[in-house]
Amino acid sequence: MRPETARGGRTAIALWLAFILVCGIIISRSQFTTDLSAFLPRSPTPEQQLLLEQIRDGLASRLILVGIEGADAATRAKLSKQVAQRLRADPAFVGVNNGEPVSAERDRAYLFNHRYLLSPAVRPARFSVDGLHAALSDSIDLLASPAGLLFKQLLPRDPSGEMVQLLDHLNSGTRPQMVEGAWASRDGARALMLAQTHASGSDTDAQQRAMAAIRQAFDTAPSATPAARLVMTGPGVFSVTSRDTIHNQVSRLSIISVALIATLLLLVYRSFSALALGFLPVISGALAGIAAVSLGFGAVHGITLGFGTALIGEAVDYSIYLFVQSEQGGSDQQNWIKRFWPTVRLGVLTSIFGFASLLLSGFPGLAQLGLYSIAGLIAAATVTRFVLPHLLPTNFHIHDVSAIGLILSRLGQRAAALRWVAAILLLMACAILVQHRASLWNDKISSLSPVSEADVALDESLRADMGAPDVRYLVVISGESRESVLRSSEQISTVLQTQVDQGKLAGFESASRYLPSIATQRARQASLPNPAMLEERLAQAVQGLPVRAQLFAPFLADVADAGRKPLLQAADLEQTSMAMAVDALLIQQGRHWQALLPLTAAKGVSIDANRIRAALGATRLPGVLLVDMKAESDRLYSGYLHEAILLSLSGLVAIIGLLLWVFRSPMRVLRIIAPLAAAVITVTAGLAVFGQQLIILHLVGLLLVVAVGSNYALFFDRPDHPFSPEEGTIIGHKSHTISPRTLASMLFANLTTVAGFGLLAFSNVSILQAMGVTVAPGVILALIYSAIFARQPNA
Amino acid sequence: MQHIFVALALMFAPVLSQAADWDIDQLMHGLAQTRSNHAGFVEKKSIAMLDKPVESSGELFYSAPDHLEKRTIKPKPESMTVDGGALLIERGRQKHRLQLQDYPELAAFIDSIRGTLAGDRKALERNYRLSLDGTAEHWTLQLLPTDEKIQAVVKRIRIAGARDAVRSIEITQADGDSSLMLIEKLATP
Repeated sequence: MRPETARGGRTAIALWLAFILVCGIIISRSQFTTDLSAFLPRSPTPEQQLLLEQIRDGLASRLILVGIEGADAATRAKLSKQVAQRLRADPAFVGVNNGEPVSAERDRAYLFNHRYLLSPAVRPARFSVDGLHAALSDSIDLLASPAGLLFKQLLPRDPSGEMVQLLDHLNSGTRPQMVEGAWASRDGARALMLAQTHASGSDTDAQQRAMAAIRQAFDTAPSATPAARLVMTGPGVFSVTSRDTIHNQVSRLSIISVALIATLLLLVYRSFSALALGFLPVISGALAGIAAVSLGFGAVHGITLGFGTALIGEAVDYSIYLFVQSEQGGSDQQNWIKRFWPTVRLGVLTSIFGFASLLLSGFPGLAQLGLYSIAGLIAAATVTRFVLPHLLPTNFHIHDVSAIGLILSRLGQRAAALRWVAAILLLMACAILVQHRASLWNDKISSLSPVSEADVALDESLRADMGAPDVRYLVVISGESRESVLRSSEQISTVLQTQVDQGKLAGFESASRYLPSIATQRARQASLPNPAMLEERLAQAVQGLPVRAQLFAPFLADVADAGRKPLLQAADLEQTSMAMAVDALLIQQGRHWQALLPLTAAKGVSIDANRIRAALGATRLPGVLLVDMKAESDRLYSGYLHEAILLSLSGLVAIIGLLLWVFRSPMRVLRIIAPLAAAVITVTAGLAVFGQQLIILHLVGLLLVVAVGSNYALFFDRPDHPFSPEEGTIIGHKSHTISPRTLASMLFANLTTVAGFGLLAFSNVSILQAMGVTVAPGVILALIYSAIFARQPNA
Repeated sequence: MQHIFVALALMFAPVLSQAADWDIDQLMHGLAQTRSNHAGFVEKKSIAMLDKPVESSGELFYSAPDHLEKRTIKPKPESMTVDGGALLIERGRQKHRLQLQDYPELAAFIDSIRGTLAGDRKALERNYRLSLDGTAEHWTLQLLPTDEKIQAVVKRIRIAGARDAVRSIEITQADGDSSLMLIEKLATP
């Protein structure tokens, strides 16, 4: 080795070590996430912003649905009560409801004591002589009806029936049936409970603690029995299980993938030092990728790491090319750099051009993958080129693989005979794609969810049992203060009530029902006549009715009291079940307030969003929005999907542009692109045949097929190169032929890539699986197509 | 010889018991045979708060095991429907929906009538002590609440009937208010 090379080597190694150290420091300070943040857009519309807030912190995100199965009904109910009692004392939970009337007394007291401030029927006309007469005769009718039993005691204090009004609104929702004093599913086989956490659904750690608290309360309950089982579901539970799944999968897959690739390489190299050295670019690439994502995005998503394990299989290619393509003997690495590096460099460049398009994605998850790939591949290739040759011992050599190379080379020469077969296959693939074009893509956001189908089914069944709101339609009112959003809520409630009366809606919720705006409370207070006047009107109102005015002395006292009492504040709700509702429906963010009014569809009637929107628009209130959460989230994702398709196509254009610029020959570029395009088409058709609808991650997989495959196509396309004498004699005189060593290196590189990505195909996280089933067959096809369509030596 | 006695005893046993002892089980068994029923009613309620009794009339529908509908036609149309655990009261344009589980007193009250119509002794005995007077042709079943909470609302329920038809229901509340409902079977629709 010449002295300047040695000096250059030392500098390169020192720089590399410093780089690794910096990456290590960045990674040690990185934040790793598995929540939905990767699926959230960077510049959301108001509807999307709301959707995201709801997903992260909304009412629904904080609900854990709990079921107790097995054992007998009495034991289940007993367990439900014991668990609920324990959890109610836990500050992590805002409330736990299992049907026990824990707050029913307080709820009723709140409503009854403040009925003149809460009831929408309280208006000046209600307390005129005619109004009182009508309300009284109505109450007398109710008294004589079967429910009269319930309201008889109330009549002297509440002859106008305000309490009945309020209870009506409260009872609008459907609730589970009671079995042995606790909620149970319709078939009675499951005890049910609804827990609302303090922490938002996106706080996965807190959700995990909440789940652990529920499980512990269940396991240590006095009636605990092995016959009973606990099941839990809800958005928070989903994020916890997804995190566990992704975490387990990523760690398991990376271990298996490293072991598999190492075994493969050990079989090829028959040298441990070669194996260890071969992994240096991979490790450098992985560290660079994670560090880059951490710097660029502030946090690294678990999916990016999972993807990273698969990329090991590609990054290891560079060292394979170096080791296998180099001639035997230490000095030949410089020769490799001269002969092969330009080709590998071009391969790396095409990959980078492809992935760079992902960086522009508004979908941060995709942009992370793009950045990870670019940083990882540059680092792996650079280390292979500038560092690895200096680290190799002088007598470094690997097992001679020319025998395999020769077999491959004979196969390769016959590959051209398969051109017709390939052409027919390709035509068939095109026909399949045309046939499936309508159903090729899955644009439902649920396709990205790492939650298993069994978990989704459990969620649906518990939700149906519970009658829990699915919170699909929300009216959102934004404003500057609590008072302003409450006032708008009251006006919107009137509009929505009209829709309910017309049968277009089953009902809706609003915080203003439990906590009216100050203005409304004042107006109601002002509707109440002074005691003397009320007494006089009452005396006239009872005329013609079978009651005496004296009966209503308590009514006069209560109205006089209501006229003097301070107005209701949020704090007055404490300890009632309505506090939970108000807490979820009235949100303060800094100086900004939001009121949410979830709508419930009438049985068998889907909500007509346009009709509701028109009715809301007619109020001309500012800051009122109807959000269809499902349509919004699907629109969000299909937007990403279309964007990703466009970006991938632009990546392809960039790759073609690069190749045109390098080779300045459209024919040559076509020859390089053709096998890659063929591989992409065939894989996509294959997925369609097997009924896999494409999601965004299949697209990333296809991009990877192009990136990895470009190396093969470029190697097959390399112009004439000199052979060592012994190779030349074996192959013959054909100077155009690709060398057996190069062929062998491509086969090994291909096998490691297939091993790395093939493992992902067995993952039960749909987004990892999607990449696996695309890349593994794709790169095999890319290699075969490259061989088949390679320039013929005699051509 | 002994065998003949046994055979005779077996032959006469049913006849003897029917004649000697008309019991709750037999009444319940008879009532349970009616799977659905359509009847007219006239009800008179005496409520202390009101100066005069309230009279109403209308129709009753029952179908086993737990659907009961009381449709008042006079003086004002209104209806009450109990289906399982849900109670729906419709008065003009107003609708009140209640869950019986939220109102145990009301539930016990409704179950006394539903349980009798269904001939469900077990359900009745959950909340009441039963006693039977009279003959199969003219019987009176008295229900006295056993639970303190229910005693605070209902003092006594007396249901009278002939064979497996209920003829009247008389309810005396704890505060002295009372109601008497006379029932006349109509053709099953």
